[in-house]
Amino acid sequence: MADITDSSNESSAGQVPDQAAPFGFLDAYAKREIRRSVLKALCLPGYQVPYASREMPMGRGFGTGGLQLSLSVIGPNDVLKVIDQGSDDSVNAVNLRAFILRTCPGVKETTDPSRASLIQSRHRIPETALQEGQVLILQVPIPDPLTFIEPSERQRKIMHGEADYSRLLVKLYEDLRAFEEITLSHSYPAEIDGHYVLSPSPIPRFDLPKLNHSAAPILFGAGREKKIYAVPPYTQAVPLSFSDVPFQVEQFRDSRGRRLSCQRCGAEDTFLEECQTGDGRRILICSDTDYCWRNRWYASQPVGGIHA
Amino acid sequence: MAYVAIKGGAKAIQESSRLLEYLRTQQGVHSRSIELDDIACQLRNLHSRILSESGLYHDDLASLALKQSLGDPLEASFTLRAYRSTRPRNVESDPQDTRQMRLTRRISAAFKDIPGGQMLGATPDYALRLLRFELVNEPSESFQASAREWLTDLPDEAEPITFPKIVEILRHRGLLPQIDSDPEPAYDITREPLIFPLPRSARLQAMARGETGGMLALAYSNMRGYGDLHPTVAELRVGYLPVSLPHPISGQPVEIGEVLMTECEMVTKFEASDQGRPQFTIGYGACFGHNETKAIAMAVLDRCLQKGMGHGPDHPAEDPEYVLLHIDGIDSMGFCNHFKMPHYVTFQAEMDTLQKTRGDSGSNG
Repeated sequence: MADITDSSNESSAGQVPDQAAPFGFLDAYAKREIRRSVLKALCLPGYQVPYASREMPMGRGFGTGGLQLSLSVIGPNDVLKVIDQGSDDSVNAVNLRAFILRTCPGVKETTDPSRASLIQSRHRIPETALQEGQVLILQVPIPDPLTFIEPSERQRKIMHGEADYSRLLVKLYEDLRAFEEITLSHSYPAEIDGHYVLSPSPIPRFDLPKLNHSAAPILFGAGREKKIYAVPPYTQAVPLSFSDVPFQVEQFRDSRGRRLSCQRCGAEDTFLEECQTGDGRRILICSDTDYCWRNRWYASQPVGGIHA
Repeated sequence: MAYVAIKGGAKAIQESSRLLEYLRTQQGVHSRSIELDDIACQLRNLHSRILSESGLYHDDLASLALKQSLGDPLEASFTLRAYRSTRPRNVESDPQDTRQMRLTRRISAAFKDIPGGQMLGATPDYALRLLRFELVNEPSESFQASAREWLTDLPDEAEPITFPKIVEILRHRGLLPQIDSDPEPAYDITREPLIFPLPRSARLQAMARGETGGMLALAYSNMRGYGDLHPTVAELRVGYLPVSLPHPISGQPVEIGEVLMTECEMVTKFEASDQGRPQFTIGYGACFGHNETKAIAMAVLDRCLQKGMGHGPDHPAEDPEYVLLHIDGIDSMGFCNHFKMPHYVTFQAEMDTLQKTRGDSGSNG
């Protein structure tokens, strides 16, 4: 990772300002502030640390919080993977990756999560388990799980401080009464290390268990809402639930209760996405495109793949 | 590079940007690229919006941002803000005194006769908004002659360029509260996170960079009934404010240039003061560039927020979080547009939950 003294910020003397941006685009003071906020976030697991989010050259809401985190912690020896919706080649992932590579000379790119030292993602956590030495950065649109219960940020801050999540639990209970099901499909709140409840960003419920005792730190950046928070490595992350109604992930089962599999690679343990084929059929395929490709590659080898 | 299931993102982005560049240049041989000066002068009011909403005062860069964004003020301000993120904040200026403004326009709606006199300056306020068809094919000769004639008609004796402030008259008569002689150092929202409750300097800074339309809508809601301010424009000024910075060695203030700005002081309904006798209250608005709508809306909102901070908000425009977290054009347009991005995973999860609550069997049923 980078050291604090990098990136000079000499401005030119002439009328036309200097065109060159420093390593990592942001000026050194901005990066220092973000790194300090990350340290605070790691010390207070799940606590939303406010920071003076900078404007990035892509839209607020397109991952500027995650991007500021990536640019602040990345160094020239890092190996980067960027995904959006599980795909390395989604337009936004392509855009963010190209920008990081352009402003951070030396950084290498990969689609293989096991080779990446830094993974930035939107809406998914890779199927391959995170390892020590890696950092996962998630882009966050609405950082506070209490937002739709209490619109005032000041009030919410008090509720978090007092670990007062009673109204959130009431909301989940009302859901159960109305629909016999907690209808939060993504951004499902989780209690971190026994105190703060965070929004895991709009990852599906399927990915939520990956937060619990993750080997890699998971950093969350909300650029527009100007918050950074974190789940440190090997930290407890418990989805909110009731003792008699356990938390459930997306099941992907057919009418007879059998687990559906990816129609490309055959995996039976991944998050699946519906896909319309050219002839109008609906098929289910892995949302994690790199994982799906690797499965098919292994299967094509003489020794047989993991799903052979 | 590995093969991935959904291909083509990078290529699509590249082609899209080529198409956009074609739209910018499609007049082809029949025209020329618009000059930065043309934008700063002939699209002066649009240019002014960029200066204030980007929060970066640079004439050429504001023009460049407008040029490359095809005249979209939200995009242009956004591009400048992103540029600013690459620059460190090297110096912090002392508060600048707007009494020193070199004025081009100053009016008061509170008093007919004011010290120094009303100075209408350049305004379309009293013009008939009729289309000037003679500008459809405007010959360069008459265009160039027009400015020359105006300059030759100037009177010999120079007008005074600075004027006393109207609110000081009211303050002197005890009708307005005195200025805090030892104010808190100014907050900088570009370097400090917004943590509510915010001091007034942070609220004013957030509004000085706010998006004109958003601020107008909120201020207008207050003016037409969601609030009760009785506002009067004590003074509206447009002009050039000399900017001083501390000298790097001596620390003495040195004038480094001037910025075009608009300032509005709004006198609003009276309240009981600390001394017991009621006094008028004041709302303050100021922004880079010439943008009177924004300065007036800001003055109204400043007063609304003072009320909300003091007595609790009764209306949305009096709620600091409601106002200050929703007026930034870069934040709001960014989030609005992000809904165009793929949401396959969250939508899949929504469908899964809906099917479960409907009692439909099977994810693929």
